[in-house]
Amino acid sequence: MSTAVPEAGNIPPGSVQASVTAAAAPASGETFVRLLDMHAIHRGDRPAWRHKDRGVWQTWTWAETRREARAMASGLAALGVKRGDCVSIIGFNRPRLYWAVMAAHALGATPAPVYADAVADELAFVCAHAQARFAVVQDQEQVDKLLAVADQLPELRGIIYDEPRGLRDYDHGQLHDLDQVMARGRERLAGQGEGGEAWLDAEIAAGRGADLSIILYTSGTTGRSKGVMISHERAIAAARSTSEFDRLTERDEVLAYLPLAWVGDNYLTFAQAMVAGFCVCCPESADTVSEDLREIGPTYYFAPPRVLESLLTRITIRMQDAGRFKQWLYRRCIAVARRHGEAILEGRPTPAGGRLAYALGEALIYGPLKNTLGFSKIRVAYTAGEAIGPELFSWYRSLGINLKQLYGQTEAFLFVTAQPDGRARPDTVGPPAPGVDLRIADDGEVQFRSPGMFTGYFREDDKTREAITPDGWVKTGDAGFFTGDGDLKIIDRAKDVGRLAGGALFAPKYIENRLKFYPNIKEVVAFGDGRADVACFVNIDLAAVAAWAERNNVVYASYQELAAHPQVAELLRRDIIAANAALAQEEAMVPSQVRRFIILHKELDPDDGELTRTQKVRRGFIAERYAPLVRALYDGSAEADITTEVTFEDGRKGRLSARLRVHDLGGDPQQARAQANGGRP
Amino acid sequence: MNGQTMSGQGMNGLALFSRRDDSVAKGEPLLTVENVSLRFGGVKAISDVSFDIRKGEVRAIIGPNGAGKTSMLNVINGFYHPQEGRISFRGQTRRRMRPSHAAAQGISRTFQNVALFKGMSTLDNIMAGRTLHMKRGFFWQLWRHGPALDEEIRHRRVVEEIIDFLEIEAVRKTPVGKLPYGLQKRVELGRALAMEPDLLLLDEPMAGMNLEEKEDMCRFILDVNNAFGVTIALIEHDMGVVMDLSDRVVVLEYGRKIADGAPDEVKASQAVIDAYLGVAH
Repeated sequence: MSTAVPEAGNIPPGSVQASVTAAAAPASGETFVRLLDMHAIHRGDRPAWRHKDRGVWQTWTWAETRREARAMASGLAALGVKRGDCVSIIGFNRPRLYWAVMAAHALGATPAPVYADAVADELAFVCAHAQARFAVVQDQEQVDKLLAVADQLPELRGIIYDEPRGLRDYDHGQLHDLDQVMARGRERLAGQGEGGEAWLDAEIAAGRGADLSIILYTSGTTGRSKGVMISHERAIAAARSTSEFDRLTERDEVLAYLPLAWVGDNYLTFAQAMVAGFCVCCPESADTVSEDLREIGPTYYFAPPRVLESLLTRITIRMQDAGRFKQWLYRRCIAVARRHGEAILEGRPTPAGGRLAYALGEALIYGPLKNTLGFSKIRVAYTAGEAIGPELFSWYRSLGINLKQLYGQTEAFLFVTAQPDGRARPDTVGPPAPGVDLRIADDGEVQFRSPGMFTGYFREDDKTREAITPDGWVKTGDAGFFTGDGDLKIIDRAKDVGRLAGGALFAPKYIENRLKFYPNIKEVVAFGDGRADVACFVNIDLAAVAAWAERNNVVYASYQELAAHPQVAELLRRDIIAANAALAQEEAMVPSQVRRFIILHKELDPDDGELTRTQKVRRGFIAERYAPLVRALYDGSAEADITTEVTFEDGRKGRLSARLRVHDLGGDPQQARAQANGGRP
Repeated sequence: MNGQTMSGQGMNGLALFSRRDDSVAKGEPLLTVENVSLRFGGVKAISDVSFDIRKGEVRAIIGPNGAGKTSMLNVINGFYHPQEGRISFRGQTRRRMRPSHAAAQGISRTFQNVALFKGMSTLDNIMAGRTLHMKRGFFWQLWRHGPALDEEIRHRRVVEEIIDFLEIEAVRKTPVGKLPYGLQKRVELGRALAMEPDLLLLDEPMAGMNLEEKEDMCRFILDVNNAFGVTIALIEHDMGVVMDLSDRVVVLEYGRKIADGAPDEVKASQAVIDAYLGVAH
């Protein structure tokens, strides 16, 4: 079902060409809707969006996407969406929510996506701050949340939902079914006057490159989130330069599975797709992502280190259940990959024997493994968001996956630095991305100027002034330095880097990442600023430890019981000793070895405010909430009591009490080094 | 990859339930049980019980252990044949009937202990619920291509609607034996739904579930009732669940009906309180 392109010279209003002609007339800069029109002409029958629905991949071409987005735009206009309005978009990745972004653009409205798993209060804050007049949401869950906080949202005029299930008996005064809105839009488009094709073309033509393309709310690692404003022209400029950098074309394919409200998703699956014209696939549900990934086999992929880590943990667990021969084969092949894989990937000289062994490994292990993960077709893969463990990073690269790091920020519209092909290092984040200027301030803070740079924080000029230097550079808040070959190395958040009482450097995130690489450890919070030595909280990784418990006949009834099991403590103690040994290899990190640790009785959770929505540890908050435990880490006691409040999924709160043991690793780092037996399995 | 191009609308789950029988108006009795007695030798499991189930409602049957709840469900289902009394479904009275007849008439059920095909996938289990609607015979199925395949695709679509409705996409191809108990219960509900029943009998749908699974199940039962317009009769021990879910409740004790009415009335009834808490004689 593709649009037949009409003959030139006889262009009806609303046809693709009419709008492009109209759009080309005012030289007011590029907008995303105009890019959509271009794609509808140049690659009208190429797939633009896929969504797995009812077990089958449904596909929409660029021409169809344009039609759907226009129908939605006209329908939304009928409800009262107009230029300058803000439209909240809440839900899991699905084409219609992305089209809502396009529809808002067509009308000159600004979309402001919200994290779908945000609790009602967070939702209320973002929607109220954005002064959203309309919200396009996925389902009943989001509608319920919005209705629950409706009294805090005086500006909200209407909620439009995609999935009608469970909503039939709701009061439909301000509630609209997206199907009906789009049907109304189609009717209006067919007519003349307001809401018709010509009217919509004029609306699109009135859009300017300097208009806001999106307001992205930061995850709020440090307090309330801020609305980062990105303009069309800057977003397009940034997406274009990086698409060229990685040679992205219409032949590429990505899976949209990251939170809609996160800059990475908006960048990789919306902005870059709109620039390069590639196809974006939406999974069936959040639970089926890994299966859908395998079916799609994306060529361009992004995963935060956490996802890569949990994938590796899953593979490790499954290999432990495999037969003895398979385990042996896997170990041998991975050893070969570790020796030669990265050299082959980067085209460095490799001995013929190594190449042969690697080819054999590709046939026996790497190929099938990549196929299982859905990584067979990956041409370019990025990871960012947190520092990645060097071993983890090399593991994927050694399998022949072109995994690279980038360093980015919402304020930069993602890219600040990116590693070019063949120059990926685990410990640095690469040279500045195309068009980006970087400098290190006197206090070690990284500052940048970039094509996609934000125009300011929405309704918070004072914060904008704090974030941008008088000469126009954006402060990242991260401490870093350039290595000899011009790559940027990030150490930590500038304000998190501290000093131990002895004067040695204390970079908590660096230590945490070291520990988190062990499969049994899910999350770590390190303490040590102004203290004599380093101590930490640890969260067990339930999947890995439960598998271990099953193999070793350790019986437990709950997470809490498993975490408190003495044998589990022994398991983690061994990991931490090994990590200490690795830290001891680095001059600056010798004093940062972990001396004492506590295994927490509950998982750190964004619902309890302990993690951000992007799963970053909120260290200050945790130190405050678990103050008795922090005291116990340093006053030599063997046990500590703690009572914490937990929030259940439905928003109710409960209390959780526990008595936790403080584990001591002994004071002598030399001994710790001797005890370590080679590190990671 | 199935690059099938379609416009992505018009796949409305409600429309797919083709066999909608409207011979009984909403709120009218769909099933009536009149003076039913059931004996096993000398044991009187049910004695002289009468009640009705109205179209579109959620009707609960409760009572202490051994009160005859499951027997009552088995009678409605045609699995037991009562010695006395009459049962009418959609106005048609019957005395003896086999479960397959009940199924053909639009009564489907789930069981107290999960009764799925453990080695088969979720998808195949729910497909099994479509058997009654499969029209093509053995030889067409053997040939497979043509009409039999078309038919299977049609049924698969209904099954996919149900999978989507019950949010079990992620376990579509997992053998049900490997699923946690709460999910197995959900698959069983899916299989019962696949028959497109007018009356759905649920025998302790919440038994053995944790709080979260119970909450999910409650939501699904209400959604089934609401979105598909299926009348539901359920047996349940969790009083909180029963009182929240059901429109009307019938209470049995030692095979006799001791109360019948809205949840609040039943809760206030002295006979019910005595039956549950015991009474000093």
